[in-house]
Amino acid sequence: MATTQTPAPPRRIYMDHAATARPLPEVVAAMLPYLAEEYGSPQSFHRQGSGPAHALKRAREQVGGLIGAPASQITFTSGGIEANNLAVKGAALAYERRGKHIVTTEVEHYSVHHSVKFLEKLGFETTLVKVDGYGRVDPQAVVDALRDDTILVSVQLANQEVGTLQPVAEVARLVKAHNKQIIVHTDATYAVGQIPVDVATLGVDLLSLTAHRFYGPKGAGALYAGKGVRLTPLIHGGVQENGKRAGTENVPAIVGLGVAAERAAAEMEARVEKVRGLRDRLERGLLERIENVQVNGHPSERLPGYLDLSIEGIEGEGTLVRLDLDGIAVASGSACASMALKGSPVLHAIGVDEVLAQGSILITLGIDNTDADIDDALEEIPKVVATLRAMSPIYGKRKHYFR
Amino acid sequence: MQHTDYSAKVIDHFMNPRNMGELAGANAVGTVGSPACGDMMDIYLKVEGDQIVDASFKTFGCTAAIANSSMMTEMVKGMSLQDAENLKNRDIEAALDGLPPHKIHCSTLAADALHEAIKSYKERQGATQGKVAAS
Repeated sequence: MATTQTPAPPRRIYMDHAATARPLPEVVAAMLPYLAEEYGSPQSFHRQGSGPAHALKRAREQVGGLIGAPASQITFTSGGIEANNLAVKGAALAYERRGKHIVTTEVEHYSVHHSVKFLEKLGFETTLVKVDGYGRVDPQAVVDALRDDTILVSVQLANQEVGTLQPVAEVARLVKAHNKQIIVHTDATYAVGQIPVDVATLGVDLLSLTAHRFYGPKGAGALYAGKGVRLTPLIHGGVQENGKRAGTENVPAIVGLGVAAERAAAEMEARVEKVRGLRDRLERGLLERIENVQVNGHPSERLPGYLDLSIEGIEGEGTLVRLDLDGIAVASGSACASMALKGSPVLHAIGVDEVLAQGSILITLGIDNTDADIDDALEEIPKVVATLRAMSPIYGKRKHYFR
Repeated sequence: MQHTDYSAKVIDHFMNPRNMGELAGANAVGTVGSPACGDMMDIYLKVEGDQIVDASFKTFGCTAAIANSSMMTEMVKGMSLQDAENLKNRDIEAALDGLPPHKIHCSTLAADALHEAIKSYKERQGATQGKVAAS
């Protein structure tokens, strides 16, 4: 039997910036000395400690600068997941004498959902606020969920899967008007570095961010905590990070985070314009070339790089593999593309038809994408869709359930 | 997992599926799976006497589901109905040089679709036995 050799992909096109992004060359360069000669601990009293201690101080200023916060209100963590854990568990435990009720949404990242599940085992109660068909939460619905014993509200700034932006400033304003003692947290790990983020404008008490999604390294993130906001530490055993997070600091990664934050702040407007332009061209082009496809998430209130598509009649994992063999890296929310073989809870929450959800492809663009990348994607993606639809026993034989 | 965990044979059958499409002159069809769960398979067989002379498939599903459908149709062509009834998902999996552990389910689906097609064929044969004997 003759088998056709799969040709080697010509070049790699990375369109999975929701997963992670390539660190900027200046980020890597800035990190290198702290992996080598500047190996000292920032807590050491001797000379070896002073370089790293200064680097840490500078990175704290750079990160604060990106989100409009004083350096003193930035706590470094190992990343976004730890920042969310520290925010949710740390605030809940610090304020549990006031009450044990938490309000959050049904589309939060697992690091928030699993943290509140953990807290439920300790006697806390949670209300999950629903979202609309675009993935947006109604600020009034958050207020309606508040109780006398509510101590914490956690609403993400941008959704990890469809990129929908939440009205966090409005949520914070209404919650504080209702009861200014309630702590408001926003998981901004998908938003910081992608769109302008300012803690004063948002009016939140706590904000999580992570470096590797805005061209910094993995292993560094931060939690902003406003003045007077208390947090019970989750990691004990040292004085680092003002006692909020023990452990010798990951200086190289934090230095990288600082440089990435500074670059993001300086280039914000140009980045948003470039990435949104590429995404809009890709979105228009794919909708012209592929029939029976739906864009998930909010049409305009969406992260600039995000394009989540549900493609009728095909399954996402196969689409992802074919595109990857063609050199294009994307993600999928289909059950088969997850190790747990479970469909996406976000697509379920926004009411995407369950068969359509199996055909979801998440394309997330970044500053390193080019017009040529978009040209190639516009050529390859429709081809792959047509090939898989020709194999599909359900394509064209099922009622459409588009929104 | 990455798809690099798939064997070269799985990728080959996924990228170059054999016997894909509806089968002209098919006299047995088996359908299994559920689109909502992310996979559904139609298997077409052309049976003459006690032998499967041709087979094809249409599959909505992941890489493993499509590769299993393709491999299974290759394996059953020329097979007796009895041998095909005894074909196990493990046989299809082995012919593809194995599957990642959480994808074993996909090979079960291909075997189930085959057995479903044979069952429906036999039921129809039983029902029309008199007619066939008379003609």
